[in-house]
Amino acid sequence: MTALPATAPSAVVPSGPRPKRVAASRIVLYGILLVAALYYLLPLYVMVTTSLKGLPEIRLGNIFAPPLEVTFEPWVKAWTSACTGLTCKGLSPGFWNSVKITIPSTVLSVLIAAVNGYALVNWRFRGSEFFFTALIFGSFIPYQVMVYPLVLVTASLGIFGTLQAVILIHTIFGMPILTLLFRNYFASLPPELFKAARVDGAGFWRIFFQIMLPMSLPILAVAIILQVTGIWNDFLFGVIFAGTQNYPMTVQLNNIVNSTQGVREYNVNMAATILTGLVPLAVYFVSGRLFVRGIAAGAVKG
Amino acid sequence: MASVSIRDLAVRFGAVTVLQKLRLDIAEGEFIVLLGPSGCGKSTLLNAVAGLLDVSEGQVWIGGKNVTWEEPKDRGIGMVFQSYALYPSMSVRKNLSFGLRVAGLPKAEVEHRVARAAKILQIEPLLDRRPSQLSGGQRQRVAIGRALVRDVDVFLFDEPLSNLDAKLRTELRVEIKRLHQELGSTMIYVTHDQIEALTLADRVAVMSGGLIQQLATPKEIYRRPVNRFVAGFVGSPSMNFVEGRLSTTGGGVALEVGEGARVPLDGYVFATPPQDGRPATLGVRPEQLTLAAVEGGSRLPVVFNLVESMGADSLAWGRIAGALASMRVEPEEEVPTGRPVEIFFHPEHASLFDAKTGERL
Repeated sequence: MTALPATAPSAVVPSGPRPKRVAASRIVLYGILLVAALYYLLPLYVMVTTSLKGLPEIRLGNIFAPPLEVTFEPWVKAWTSACTGLTCKGLSPGFWNSVKITIPSTVLSVLIAAVNGYALVNWRFRGSEFFFTALIFGSFIPYQVMVYPLVLVTASLGIFGTLQAVILIHTIFGMPILTLLFRNYFASLPPELFKAARVDGAGFWRIFFQIMLPMSLPILAVAIILQVTGIWNDFLFGVIFAGTQNYPMTVQLNNIVNSTQGVREYNVNMAATILTGLVPLAVYFVSGRLFVRGIAAGAVKG
Repeated sequence: MASVSIRDLAVRFGAVTVLQKLRLDIAEGEFIVLLGPSGCGKSTLLNAVAGLLDVSEGQVWIGGKNVTWEEPKDRGIGMVFQSYALYPSMSVRKNLSFGLRVAGLPKAEVEHRVARAAKILQIEPLLDRRPSQLSGGQRQRVAIGRALVRDVDVFLFDEPLSNLDAKLRTELRVEIKRLHQELGSTMIYVTHDQIEALTLADRVAVMSGGLIQQLATPKEIYRRPVNRFVAGFVGSPSMNFVEGRLSTTGGGVALEVGEGARVPLDGYVFATPPQDGRPATLGVRPEQLTLAAVEGGSRLPVVFNLVESMGADSLAWGRIAGALASMRVEPEEEVPTGRPVEIFFHPEHASLFDAKTGERL
């Protein structure tokens, strides 16, 4: 091996003019993005500032002005003592109701859909394609058409107006899209993995829990995000099936905002609205990066 | 060790017949290669032996036991896949021991077997890695190990080397051969690579259209292909085919090619008595052709137009009676191009097929 001259590495430099740092098109691009961002942030700004103002300040009518005197009282009131219909306990019961609805609904629907997708891909049975088509077709029927029959069904099951009813409804309505999601994901995994596990002697559940589920983190994250935000934001099923004592946060929020007695407390309404939206917001912020994770790397061709 | 017997096996997917009434008997400890182009049913056959698909008709016997409807795990088989199929969420150690843990073997026994397999395959330093941290060759070793730990009677390989680069492929090919000699297990190996087939197999089953076209030793397959498909599929470059008509008049049997040219076939052993005027195809391998005249050889008219150097030897490409043909020559040999010349071959080494049915004559 011949030794290279000591100066050799520095002798090789990129040639040609260095690209300009900021091109005109960049400035336009960022300008447009900035305007778009401001446009979407403005309502949030108004909500936050209004929620921090006292009522006298709001009556001045200048909604864009920052609060002169910051007060957290509207937030406290929204959470603890705002009147939702007849009771005046604020949003907190609604929050816990929503938690009680969202968690079981999400867990149930995601688990069942995962098993569905896995079975549809790996354990084809007679009529499995028809079953899948029917399931997907079901998702095209408008909700409104199904509400009344479902009221009758839950009533005859004796669970109408209970937590169980609304959890059942959410689980059912999550099924088509979630099954589709899991089916497509499992279909994208190499079928040899399933075959190898079968040769190794694993059965339906063992393959599901020990091979498939650990590989499903990205799609699990997607499914959970879909369900948590969807169920948390639901109004229709909550107001119909949950019963008054189980009204989710969205229904309580509506009751606060739309109560027509006395003065409209804009600050409390704003605070209540932000409080209700916090959970989906938090979900998006925390789980965003899970979307892009590729767990299956290394299972297939190198 | 166990013998494998496939009895009148048919597999259909809806209206599509993938395997038709297939029979195959594999002796204990034999290395069988299923060779064929894509879609010939070779992988389907392997999956049927493994019990990974439902057969439409027929039976699969392993070790003298009818296992047609047994679960894969109860058949005493281990399978190695083209895509490795390692469980991505488990370490190499966990991958190897998964089957044993499923079977509920005692922990000490599991560890012992994993250690032994790792030693045989030289993957001991990799045991605590994830599959994603391994190279292709290492992954395939682990995949082989997964079959090894289970002490199976029959190894099933589904194109195990197709995803590897040329050098690794050769390396692992030798390794698989060594493994077969050490273990003495029955092995069924699916590939579309004829080099793998010819080097590894005790017997090769050449498949096409859901049928075994020929089942014989690699030598026999290469030298005496039973039909035109086998002749054309095995060998690289492919066997040269010359169309013509048999002629038994005028002293000895000959093939009439083109405008009255007679290619004598003295010395060729006919399986069926030759009929005068029957359309036939002569098949000669590129290395059976020579530029120099050979004693007792027949001659073929040819026009060469290109010489390819392959390193160890060269390939001369040209046309014999209009059909593309190649001849293997020494690298220093001069090949006349652009004008008609004659080349020579021994008819007893050539093959002759019926032009219609493609069967060997």
